[in-house]
Amino acid sequence: MSATHFQLDAQGRLLHFLTIEGLTRRHLTDILDTAESLHGVAERRVKKLPTLHGKTVINLFFEASTRTRTTFELAAKRLSADVLTLNIATSSAVKGESLLDTLRNIEAMQCDMFVVRHEQSGAAEFIARHVKPHIAVLNAGDGRHAHPTQAMLDVFTIRRHKPDFPNLQVAIVGDILHSRVARSLIHALSILGTGDIRVIAPRTLLPAQVENLGVRVFHHMQEGLRDVDVVVMLRLQRERMEGALLPSEQEFFQQYGLTEERLALAQPDAIVMHPGPINRGVEIDSRVADGPHSVILEQVTNGIAVRMAVMSITLGHHARPVGEDA
Amino acid sequence: MRIVIQGGRVLDPAHHLDTVADLFVADGKIASLGQAPAGFIADRTIDARHRIVCPGLIDLCARLREPGQEHKATIASETRAAVAGGIMTLVCPPDTDPPIDEPAVIEWIRRRAKAAGQVRVLTLGALTHRLRGERLAEMAALKEAGCVGVSDGGQPIGNSRVLRRALEYAATFDLTVFLTPFDPELSHGLAHEGQVATRMGLPGIPAAAENGRIARDLELVRDLGVRVHFGRLSSARSVELIARARAEGLPVSADVAIHHLHLTEMDLAGFDSRCHVRPPLRSLRDKDALRAGLVSGALSAICSDHQPHEPDAKQAPFGDTEPGISGLDTLLSLSLRLVRDSGLPLMTVIERLTCGPAQILGLDIGHLGIGATADVCVFDPDAETLLEPGALRSRGQNSPFIGWALPGRVTQTLLEGRVIYQCEG
Repeated sequence: MSATHFQLDAQGRLLHFLTIEGLTRRHLTDILDTAESLHGVAERRVKKLPTLHGKTVINLFFEASTRTRTTFELAAKRLSADVLTLNIATSSAVKGESLLDTLRNIEAMQCDMFVVRHEQSGAAEFIARHVKPHIAVLNAGDGRHAHPTQAMLDVFTIRRHKPDFPNLQVAIVGDILHSRVARSLIHALSILGTGDIRVIAPRTLLPAQVENLGVRVFHHMQEGLRDVDVVVMLRLQRERMEGALLPSEQEFFQQYGLTEERLALAQPDAIVMHPGPINRGVEIDSRVADGPHSVILEQVTNGIAVRMAVMSITLGHHARPVGEDA
Repeated sequence: MRIVIQGGRVLDPAHHLDTVADLFVADGKIASLGQAPAGFIADRTIDARHRIVCPGLIDLCARLREPGQEHKATIASETRAAVAGGIMTLVCPPDTDPPIDEPAVIEWIRRRAKAAGQVRVLTLGALTHRLRGERLAEMAALKEAGCVGVSDGGQPIGNSRVLRRALEYAATFDLTVFLTPFDPELSHGLAHEGQVATRMGLPGIPAAAENGRIARDLELVRDLGVRVHFGRLSSARSVELIARARAEGLPVSADVAIHHLHLTEMDLAGFDSRCHVRPPLRSLRDKDALRAGLVSGALSAICSDHQPHEPDAKQAPFGDTEPGISGLDTLLSLSLRLVRDSGLPLMTVIERLTCGPAQILGLDIGHLGIGATADVCVFDPDAETLLEPGALRSRGQNSPFIGWALPGRVTQTLLEGRVIYQCEG
């Protein structure tokens, strides 16, 4: 059984949020619409809703993260949940405790939701398969596989600026090979019927048969950026430089860096996105990152509403643990 | 002990024999087929009507985990599984701990196997000291101690100069060299490089990691005239390379693991760690080519590539699990399933499990000729069992075939003329 079906209940409702692949347009628009309705909460004087009052959310981060972890924390708090963040990369895992043992221990603390980030592809699904049935698992990034809430906040941001997906041209630029963000975003854009999804990268940063994901492949920025409405720049991890994937940061920036000059090839009202943290001068020029086309900080803000939406939707579909009052 | 196996369909691929007849066994040897030898009085009669009687199976690659990893399995536990699966001869690669790079380890394994008293356990010696790929192992001494060949033990020698010399040195002592063909630098991944790995975000292992290595090694064989056996092929292109080399008369052979004949990359769905194997499960096209290679003769043997694990080894996110499938229990039944579902000729499949591997080993076993060692497997081809969780006799329950309906049930096995297994019920 694949993750696609595994994260849904018999009625096709989301029990977990592990991957975008295999979801329907309805699933995605539900999340987007819910996020839209939650978006205003942050502007209120009291930034809280009672939706998850009395629920306990545990952030299980086996891999370092600032942005994702913080926005998940804020999202849970704004829904009135109790939140605990465990950075396991620096605690029990190094003492040799197995992942299952860690899970059992945390489960024993009677929580309702795990938000999981792990360096291994498939880790979130593994956890979802092994937790008690009343616990919802949200994938906050597993290896190169998926980062579904990031993809949702990306399409949420795109929809706010350019809601006409069938007539949209999106270019995703950079390290597609190692990117869970790219994989999830490609699935989300396809499901929403995006007219043209392009990836732009040297062959060393593209996974095998990437075109089967429903994208057009470009190796040159000048061709790939032409007339696009949305440019999504991916983070190039500095450690990738050691793997003989690229000769140097300089050459990468010269070939694939997003400059004002190159951005001019896109539509005049194109938006520029980046999942962060950005490497100025490696994948993106500061003038673009801080310029009028950039919606990078908006993405961060939107991340909270989208994560609130996913949390309330998945927990809403969960059977209550035995013995709990209706 | 005199035994008559009565009324079975005797399949002996080495002699192209497929006939319903009585098989007579005396003093550990095959005494006669059809007519009882003069004065033969059976001590025991085995009713083999509606059963198939074939040579005991020979498995070219089974890790018994002993010495060194007794928490996974032992020689005793795994030979019990083998015997119930009709496997009479097991070949252990040298990557035990300590590795089989000195005669004492061979002797130790032999004693443990004898104490277990189940099947014939053969060993491959290490090509290099500690399998490190640096210094040659004492191959002459290993041969004297009884190893049936020498091997890289699943850890290819990185240095081509060392490999070339190891091949030459092995050939000096007429040892067959068993190589595991993959380029370690191209094999850091977890899954076949292709569509599925891309979707799942699993680092890929390209088919070229295997093909490229085989192509290079074949050139060394051409140069040196060394006998080389390539273990566990996984790609279509590899089959092609081996077929061509054999057609040219190079002294090479190859085998395939049974799971590569049934599973593909698609079976990784849901990050099923039971399908985490090396080499990785490849495409449907590769699987079909492996099956075709089995029929054409490019592949001379099917092996279990048995790798039993404790449950914890597979209970983790895919990339944190250990590769390998527990395969002894299901080698015969999965091979029969190839016959039943995919129309592969029964005779060919049995050949690849018996005299095919025997020829690679250069041993006079794996056939039912008069005077041959009486290793015999009797099985009911019509019995079908649903493989239940926990049903494997191996200590390793790590099998992706749990839940499969598997044909064939071994009813008796004979090792050197003694009945060492009799199915209950």
